[in-house]
Amino acid sequence: MSTISPTTQAIPDSALDKPRTGTWDGGNEPLNASYGKLMMWFFLLSDAFTFAAFLTTYGLIRHKYLVYEGAAENFVTSTAYWPIPEKIFNAFPGLHGLDLPLAFVALMTMILIFSSVTMVLAVEAGQRFDRQDVQKWLLWTILFGATFLSCQAWEWSHFIAGTDKGMLMNDGTVIHGANLAVNEYGPVLFADLFFFITGFHGTHVFSGICLLIYCFIATTNGTFEKRGHYEMVEKIGLYWHFVDLVWVFVFTFFYLV
Amino acid sequence: MANHTTQLPAHPGEIPKPNTAWIWKTFWVITAITALEFLIAFTMPSSTLRNSIFIILTIFKAFFIVAEFMHLKHETKGLIWTIMIPMGLLIWLLVALITEGNAIHKAIF
Repeated sequence: MSTISPTTQAIPDSALDKPRTGTWDGGNEPLNASYGKLMMWFFLLSDAFTFAAFLTTYGLIRHKYLVYEGAAENFVTSTAYWPIPEKIFNAFPGLHGLDLPLAFVALMTMILIFSSVTMVLAVEAGQRFDRQDVQKWLLWTILFGATFLSCQAWEWSHFIAGTDKGMLMNDGTVIHGANLAVNEYGPVLFADLFFFITGFHGTHVFSGICLLIYCFIATTNGTFEKRGHYEMVEKIGLYWHFVDLVWVFVFTFFYLV
Repeated sequence: MANHTTQLPAHPGEIPKPNTAWIWKTFWVITAITALEFLIAFTMPSSTLRNSIFIILTIFKAFFIVAEFMHLKHETKGLIWTIMIPMGLLIWLLVALITEGNAIHKAIF
């Protein structure tokens, strides 16, 4: 092996200590998007597959059950047919016993859409290198995200605790609330799907808030300014809008249809 | 990522004015569609037509979020197709599974 010459001689100086910029060396940006943004897009695509699987399951199982026929005001819950959403999701915190169909979920939807707006404003501020504006809008986004998550926590606890009326069973017992095995709102799978789909979405919101808090700290420390770009805010922004997008679909299929 | 440094303002310390009109425009469009959905939910009896309207309005909302907020409209054609083709196939799969999949209920339940 003595024939090997020192590397300084084997490689010409012109090939050393230079960033690789060739097409196949990672020097270019395919599709004109940076590596990070492109990978975020592909991750979101794969995440969309997961949510699509959930919604397909929901559609399939829902079709298995009968549709409630009759006027909405005469609706009573039963395991024989799928419940109508405006009679299930009609509670509002602090207004016990009032029938306010879909009012709370409307509020939650607006909070999440608004958090998406403040996120775009943060991204826009990052492109202008306006550190103070990025901090301001990130804080608003974290606030709205946390508010949404708290609303969902209330929605869950109300769903689990149930109504005063409950559901009267054939043997005379009354069921209040819901768990994975039994619920007062309708078929067992209705509550199961509620927990899985809104729970999976809520987990995404939670991860998003953690990422946003990281972003806020890094912005405050000047990390992105030193790096020369606020691309991390854009990437986390993409994720945050995706979470909003998923909610738009969950909202339609769970609360409207 | 040295190529991003070229975006730095020519005079450090000088921050350009915000350009946010398009963001608020998109916000009002999405809010209006959501309000319309609620109006339909309370004024129209449940039917296949109503569900179809909901799904079409949802796709409109999704378009505005993805195109404007996620900036996909302003990316290269290659990236747009890379995202849209798998999504289109996914919607096809979803519709096929829900319509054809009902056969399993007849078979095993």
